[in-house]
Amino acid sequence: MTTPASAPEPNGSAGPTPAAPVNAATARTTRPPAPSWSDHRIEVMLAKVLRFGVIASSAVVLCGAVIYLAFHGAQPANYRVFQGEPSDFRTIPGIFHAALHARGRGLIQLGLLLLISTPITRVLFSVAGFLLEHDRLYVICTVIVLAVLLYSLLGSGLLL
Amino acid sequence: MTIFTFTALVASVSFLAGLLGSLTGLGGGVVLVPLLTILFHVDIRYAIGASLVSVIATSSGSAAAYIKEGFSNIRIGMVLEIATTTGALAGAYLATWIPTVALAIIFGVMMIYSAFVSRRVRPPEQRNLPPDPLATRLRLNGSFPDLEGRRRYNVQRVRTGFSLMFGAGALSGMLGIGSGALKVLAMDQAMQIPFKVSTTTSNFMIGVTAAASAGIYLSRGYIDPGLAMPVMLGVLAGSFLGSRILVKAETRKLRVVFAVVILVLGLQMLYKGIWGHI
Repeated sequence: MTTPASAPEPNGSAGPTPAAPVNAATARTTRPPAPSWSDHRIEVMLAKVLRFGVIASSAVVLCGAVIYLAFHGAQPANYRVFQGEPSDFRTIPGIFHAALHARGRGLIQLGLLLLISTPITRVLFSVAGFLLEHDRLYVICTVIVLAVLLYSLLGSGLLL
Repeated sequence: MTIFTFTALVASVSFLAGLLGSLTGLGGGVVLVPLLTILFHVDIRYAIGASLVSVIATSSGSAAAYIKEGFSNIRIGMVLEIATTTGALAGAYLATWIPTVALAIIFGVMMIYSAFVSRRVRPPEQRNLPPDPLATRLRLNGSFPDLEGRRRYNVQRVRTGFSLMFGAGALSGMLGIGSGALKVLAMDQAMQIPFKVSTTTSNFMIGVTAAASAGIYLSRGYIDPGLAMPVMLGVLAGSFLGSRILVKAETRKLRVVFAVVILVLGLQMLYKGIWGHI
C-alpha cells in the first residue's frame, strides 16, 4: 500500500485521511477526489462484489437443483463414463436457452456461469479502482489479467 | 444409485471436505477429486471440473471476509495474477490433451507433496530485509496490522516468485485445485511475504486463477451441472461453517489427521494412475 497509513485505526473503517478536514464541504472543494481512493477502499468494494456474486450464484444453483431433483431424482446416476456435456451446457447462448426454459440443469449451469464471472467482475472493478487512483502501471497489470480471463471465457468456443 | 441419493452423498462428502479444508487451512479441493474418483467412480475430468467450481466459490466467499481485516495486498495479488492466470490457461489446455492416467499420477504426487508441506515447521520470519528493487518499482512492499501497530514488510525475489506462481497456476488449471502448497514455496519462501499477508492474498488470487481455467473446462464440456451442483453447495456450506467455528476449535490435531488423509488419498491416486485403473 502506497498511502501512508494513519497510525491508529480502531475498527478499520475509513481509509487513511491525510489531514482531518475541518468541514466536509471545504474539504470537497480543496481536495481532489483522487487521494480518497485508497487501496483499502478498493478492497472493501471488491469484497462486496465477491459476496454478492457468491450469494447470487448459489441461489440460482439451488433453484436449479430443486427443479432438477424433482424431475430427475429417481433416475440412475452415471458419471463413470465421460461423454462431455451437450452444447446446451457448454456455450453461453445454450446455457441461457436452457435456463430460460426453466430446465433444472440449465439453471444450475447458469448459476455456475455467474460464479465463474464473479472473479472476472472483481478484476473489472479493480481496473476501475486503479483508474480512480490514477495508477497507470496497475491499470495495465489489471487489464492484462482481465484480457486473459475474457479470452478463457469468450475465446474458447463458449460463444458458439 | 438414483440421482437423488448420488446428489445427497456427494453433497455430504463435499460438505465434510469443505469443513475440514477450512478448519485446517489446507483447502478442501485437494481431497475432492480423489474422493469423487475413488469413492463415487466419477470420471476424473468431471471431478476436476466440479472441484474447480467449488474452488471459485470458497475463495470468493472467504476473500470477502478476509479483506476487511486489512492483511491482503492487492498489488502483490494483481502482479502475481498475471502469472497464475496465464499458467491456468496453459494448465487447462494441457489437461484436455494429456491422458487421464497421467492426470491421476500428477495429482497423486501433488497431494503427497502437499501433505509434507503442511507438516513442515515454518522457518522464523526474517524482518527488515532490504527490498528487491523490482518490488519497490512495482510498489509491492506494504504493511499489515500487528500486535505492535502496523508492521512494514519488504518483498524479496519478485522474478522467482512470479515464475513459481506460473507453475502454481498451471497445476491449478490442470488439476482443478487451489494449489496452496506451491503458493507457500513462491510467496512465503521466495518472496518472504509475512504468513498472514501471503495467505489472505493468495486466497484472493485463487478465485481469479480458477476462473481463468473454468471457461475452458465449461466450453469443453467438463463441467456437469448434476455433479458440480452438490459439490459447490456442499463445499461452500462446509467451509462457511468451518470459518465460523475456527476461532473455538483446537485445530492442531485436526491438521495432522487431515494431512494423513491427504497422504493416503495421494498414494491411492498414484497407485490407480500407475496401474491404469482410473
